[in-house]
Amino acid sequence: MNKSQTERIIDAIWRIESPKLIAGLTHMVRDVGLAEDLAQDALVIALEKWPEAGIPDNPGAWLMTTAKRRAIDLLRRKKRLDEKYEEYGRGAALYSEQDLASVIEDEIEDDLLRLIFMTCHPVLSQEARVALTLRLLGGLTTDEIARAFLTAESTIAQRIVRAKKTLRTKQIPFEVPVGEELKERLSTVLEVIYLMFNEGYSATAGENWIRPFLCQEALRLGRMLAEIAPGEPEVHGLAALMEFQSSRLKARVGVDGEPVLLMDQNRARWDHLLIRRGLDALERIRQLGRPFGPYALQAAISACHAQARTPSETDWPRIAALYEALFRLMPSPVVELNRAVAVSRAFGPEFGLQIVDELNEEASLKEYHLLPSVRADLLFKLGRFAEAREEFERAAALTRNMRERELLMKRAAECT
Amino acid sequence: MRFMMIVKATTDSEAGEKPSEELLEAMLRYNEELAKAGVLLAADGLQPSSSGVRISYPEPGGKPKIVDGPFTEAKEIIAGYTLIEVKSREEAIQWVMRMPDPHGKGQGEIELRQIFEPEELSANEETRAKIKGQFGL
Repeated sequence: MNKSQTERIIDAIWRIESPKLIAGLTHMVRDVGLAEDLAQDALVIALEKWPEAGIPDNPGAWLMTTAKRRAIDLLRRKKRLDEKYEEYGRGAALYSEQDLASVIEDEIEDDLLRLIFMTCHPVLSQEARVALTLRLLGGLTTDEIARAFLTAESTIAQRIVRAKKTLRTKQIPFEVPVGEELKERLSTVLEVIYLMFNEGYSATAGENWIRPFLCQEALRLGRMLAEIAPGEPEVHGLAALMEFQSSRLKARVGVDGEPVLLMDQNRARWDHLLIRRGLDALERIRQLGRPFGPYALQAAISACHAQARTPSETDWPRIAALYEALFRLMPSPVVELNRAVAVSRAFGPEFGLQIVDELNEEASLKEYHLLPSVRADLLFKLGRFAEAREEFERAAALTRNMRERELLMKRAAECT
Repeated sequence: MRFMMIVKATTDSEAGEKPSEELLEAMLRYNEELAKAGVLLAADGLQPSSSGVRISYPEPGGKPKIVDGPFTEAKEIIAGYTLIEVKSREEAIQWVMRMPDPHGKGQGEIELRQIFEPEELSANEETRAKIKGQFGL
């Protein structure tokens, strides 16, 4: 891609300024689609003028002023149209020139928050929320989003168009929810960001450069959210969780591209800067004096691993306790299974096995290879080799991953 | 992509003079902007070189030489750093241009340097591929 130096600079400026620009404009015109159009119009003018006139000292302010001017033009044209069709009464209710002038710098944070609540609104499908958020808050191009999710560009483009239309027709307000609604809506926002993160995180190494990019973008959005909504513990919880998981990105893959389990990773390859950031995020929750929610608890568990200099120094009793707390908030059998592993490492395999045996009847775990895999490991440690072999073989049959199957069959063979 | 913004020392910073309230305010606001954009990784100020120590290896394979600060050339000494994570070199440059003048009296200077990705550290093609593989890149 041969972009001129100025174009690349303008790209960079756009990435920095566009979310704030769109947020401020949405505040003014109350429509996210129109706001983006106005912002894009300003960008087009910038692309025309800046190569010759030079980049302005405050590019953000320049873009905002330009976009505002176009918004006022639009308003005037609409008013004239309304007058023409004698619908002045209806048109005037939309927005006034005073509204347009009233956006103050200080409100930008609130506007960004309002924007992300809008792009993650439950009226939209999960896919639409992800695409729209990456588009308006991430400043990603349709092409970049499409490649990140291995979809066609046209699919994403349509998705975004439909999403904006839905927000408009359902008249979704541009506001930060309050009271009871806030908790639920915030949860939706966090879910969208974590989904993006996992999409990027789960990608195989070298498969696609855009995937780690997506991971980083989710982390960036999580950090941003932590700054614009600092009073919410789960926001810091999610940020912390993503910092810890990101810290291990480079240790996750072995020489031949095979996945390396956490307990086998070379901890010197963990990014300690990100670990520090994760710990700081957890500290912010403590300073808020509010209880740990599900993301915070998962982050705290991750922190236990991050702080163990070697696998043998892992604080398993603490991890077990944290899983117990997590189970109370998220009573999923997978959480319970993880708790069983932690308990076995903290107190002995017989105690872990007790928990695992109770999970045997769980319908949702019937096809989950990790259940027999964990059970097999515990039986092996208890010297119950015949049963262990059976379980290893069962696990091997359930997993779709070739390498994992090999590993499990190998362990089955060792059960003599 | 990670970059480091290095704030150079000045005769004032080396003399242990605290920055003005105005400058502190401006720097705080700037760091907040970086944080709000989700690009800030870390930022720290360094104490003057008077409490620092320099280790040098004038003889290859020889023992290190230790010298106590202060060190004379203020311009060559660093006073602080800020680490950011951005998507392009142009973005890093945009951010560094927004950093407030760290001195305000003529000696303010900031240097922007890109941080090596782990696999870039070796000149050997094979080693690079190996490190790349090991780091899942």
